[in-house]
Amino acid sequence: MSASAPGAAAPDTPDAVASGPGSGLAAERVSLRDAARRLAEGELGSLRVLLVLVVIWAIFTIANDRFLTAVNLTNLALQIAAVGTISIGVVLVLLLGEIDLSVGAVSGLAGAVTATLSVKSGLGAWPAIVAGLAAGAAIGLLQGTFATRLGIPSFVVTLAGLLGWQGALLAVLGSEGTVNITDPAITNLAGTFFSDVVGWLVAAGCIVTIALATFGRRRRRLAAELEVEGAAVIGLRIGAAAAGILAAVAIVNADRGLPLALAILVGLVVLVEGLVTRTTFGKHVFAVGGNAEAARRAGINVARVRTIVFVLCSTLAAFGGILAASRLLAVNQSSGSGDLLLLAIAGPVIAGVSLFGGRGSVWGALLGALVIGSISNGMDLLALESSVKFMVTGGVLLAAVALDAVGRQRRQAHGRL
Amino acid sequence: MTTQRQAGATRAPAADGALLRLRRISKRFGAVQALSAVDLDVHAGEVVALVGDNGAGKSTLIKAIAGVGPADDGEIHFDGRPARIHSPQDSARLGIASVYQDLALCDNLDVVDNLFLGREQTRGPVRGVPIDEITMEQRARELLDSLAVRTLRSVRAEVGMLSGGQRQTVVIARAMLGEPRLVILDEPTAALGVAQTAQVLSLVGRLRERGLGVVLISHNLADVFAVADRVVVLRLGRNAGEFPAESRRQQAIVTAITGADSAGSPDEAANS
Repeated sequence: MSASAPGAAAPDTPDAVASGPGSGLAAERVSLRDAARRLAEGELGSLRVLLVLVVIWAIFTIANDRFLTAVNLTNLALQIAAVGTISIGVVLVLLLGEIDLSVGAVSGLAGAVTATLSVKSGLGAWPAIVAGLAAGAAIGLLQGTFATRLGIPSFVVTLAGLLGWQGALLAVLGSEGTVNITDPAITNLAGTFFSDVVGWLVAAGCIVTIALATFGRRRRRLAAELEVEGAAVIGLRIGAAAAGILAAVAIVNADRGLPLALAILVGLVVLVEGLVTRTTFGKHVFAVGGNAEAARRAGINVARVRTIVFVLCSTLAAFGGILAASRLLAVNQSSGSGDLLLLAIAGPVIAGVSLFGGRGSVWGALLGALVIGSISNGMDLLALESSVKFMVTGGVLLAAVALDAVGRQRRQAHGRL
Repeated sequence: MTTQRQAGATRAPAADGALLRLRRISKRFGAVQALSAVDLDVHAGEVVALVGDNGAGKSTLIKAIAGVGPADDGEIHFDGRPARIHSPQDSARLGIASVYQDLALCDNLDVVDNLFLGREQTRGPVRGVPIDEITMEQRARELLDSLAVRTLRSVRAEVGMLSGGQRQTVVIARAMLGEPRLVILDEPTAALGVAQTAQVLSLVGRLRERGLGVVLISHNLADVFAVADRVVVLRLGRNAGEFPAESRRQQAIVTAITGADSAGSPDEAANS
């Protein structure tokens, strides 16, 4: 970077203040203009996908006045809860530069395990849910072990899983082929709405937490004499987050209230994002995705990191399957099949998670699911046929990836001399 | 062997002052005798250039020191005491850091993350949680400042965006985090431009000023003369001479490398 910057310190000027600690000038330079440039070069992938979302919502709002209503947007939240949850695990696998094609089948199987144990074996709701999650974790461990210990590409291992677990789903469901869920503890996962007061309290809690965390971090960095972002950027970011949270709660409160399923999805995103950005394990995931050989030489147990990620991915897929079963009140032979797998992978990719590993954010799972969910929801409102839906979704995916490629090229052109 | 003491030596030296002393190091790969009774001394605060043609045994020798490919036979003394190096861990425990020519960096991570890769700092009671970004960033700054690295504009810059010289600087700085006493640099200036080579060489000079022993492998004699104190020539797996790193010795060094004039070297009959 500094190679192309005119003001960059030349190697032979001993008094050059390159990155001197505590230089107040540098702090001011991380400004709005900088953010705009980074947006143009595609570094702020999350913001860009938000713009895409705004465009899509604008189009559907013009096309159908029922799209931007509280009822429909709450439905949208319920529609994306399952696929968004599955996408969280997909993001983790993509960060490694791997792929998991079995997430759809695993979600169906886990839903079937939970439903069958609850309905046919008379197990309590929570033991049944835990069993479904455990089935997912075990599958992840098996696939992860095959992929890492035997060095089989994850594409192939999980392709085998895609077929195998679909078979297992049929076997679990038995001759009837459908299990209707009756236990309210399971159906409440997707059927619970919190009261308005709870919604506002959650919103206030989130905003206060974000503000405290942001200012706390800024204070600690200032105390350590490190570069900090400008007050304008921080204020803008907190303000935008607050506005988004308040708007979301206002919308869902205008309908039935904050859905538990949405709270679960957002909570999982925050939790997993914390795991990948704030822990040693998360750093190792990015490192393995960026350069596995470098990670190995740095003493990171690459096989262990990979296996854990496959376990997490399958467990999240299982949870997504349980959420889907809760919403449909049933598990049947087509659970977890169809386009679920492809949408769960396309979402994060649309939101800027790289297929080549090492780049992306867990928020991509939520934002990508929102984009895909909005397209599907909006076209359902317009009563368009499946043929059109598939083609438009494919077009959006291609456009998003193309935008990403253009951004990367621009970044390289600016970054390297 | 020259046992000339260097002014920069700061650590308590052993009897003869060598930080690393190799005697009669031999290594065989099947029918190929890669190293035959090679001797090498490295003092604290000294840059020793290891030169030789392809296949001369330079890489085999440093792999023996780094523990990647242990020697079959011979003695290793570190800091005056006999040492056994059978694994990279043995080597690291002695205080030997190796920097290889293929850059082992994660392009998608920033400078701080790369420096601390595999030894991230954390705060809090639970292992691995949460990452202490502030301490890592401060330590990274201190480290780069202490090495007088002024070419990095931000320690939060993504490594994939850095130039070759900056990347090599990061790799060498990372080796310094373990506070080694001896650093092995394998072709650190390969594929670098003129200005970037100068950056890396001045960094090597600062390692010497800190009292570290440095083994520098290079094909480029200009680099060697710019930064090394002593030149050790290997040819066909044997010692083929040792010279002060002065450019007027260039002809003699080239002769020792190629073996064109065998008057001074006893190894003309070396096997292949």
